[in-house]
Amino acid sequence: LSSRAACRLETLGFAEVYEYVAGKLDWLVNRRPVEGTRAGDPTVGNLARQDVVTSGLDDHAGDVRRRVADSAYPFALVLSRGGVVLGRVAASDLEGDPDQEVELLMDPGPKTYRPHKTAEGVAQELVERGLRWAVVTSPEGELIGVVSRDALDAAVRAQK
Amino acid sequence: MPKHIDLAEVDRLLAAGAQLVEALPEEDYEEGHLPGAISLPLKKLTAETAAVLDPQRPVVVYCWDSL
Repeated sequence: LSSRAACRLETLGFAEVYEYVAGKLDWLVNRRPVEGTRAGDPTVGNLARQDVVTSGLDDHAGDVRRRVADSAYPFALVLSRGGVVLGRVAASDLEGDPDQEVELLMDPGPKTYRPHKTAEGVAQELVERGLRWAVVTSPEGELIGVVSRDALDAAVRAQK
Repeated sequence: MPKHIDLAEVDRLLAAGAQLVEALPEEDYEEGHLPGAISLPLKKLTAETAAVLDPQRPVVVYCWDSL
C-alpha cells in the first residue's frame, strides 16, 4: 500500500516523498508510542519477555535440556544465526540422547504472533488452539519474546 | 521513485518538519497510528484528499510493513 500511495503522491506533484517500508509494525517493534482508540490496549509486544531459552540448530539436547530446566519455560526456541525463529523444542523432547542435535527434535514452524496483536485477542486465540504460550516475532520472523496466556489474561483483567 | 527509509531516517525527517501519512484503511488508522500521522487511505488518495498536505514539506508514507 505505502509504495503505491507514495508513487501516487509524486504524481500529484509532491516533490519529496519517502516510504517508511518497515512501517507501523517496525514502529511498534521498537516500542514507540502510538495514538488512536486502541493505543492504550496491552499488546503481546508490550508483554513479551526476553528470557526464554534459545538454541541453534546444532546445539546438543543435553545442554539445551539443562538450560530449559533452569528457566521458567517448558521449552526452548530454536533460532537461526540471524535470530529468526525456526522451531520450538519441548523439555520432554530433550530427555533422550544428550548428544542429539536439536534440529532433529524441534517442532518446526511454531505459531508466532506479530507484536501489535492485542493481549485480549491473542489470549482468546491461545484458548481456542489449546496453547499456553505465544511466541512474538518481528515481521521478518526474528524473535521478540514470549508471553504466557496467564500474563495475557492478567493484562486483560487489569485493563477492565 | 520514492526513497525507502528506515526508522532512524523517519526520526530525522520528522525532526526536520516532515509530514507523516498512513495509507491504510481508516479503521486501522483509528485504532492506532504514529503520532501526528494523517490518514490518507490509498483507495481515497486523490488530488482533493491530498490537499491537506503541504507540498513544500517532505512526506513520509507508511502502512503496516513491507510484506
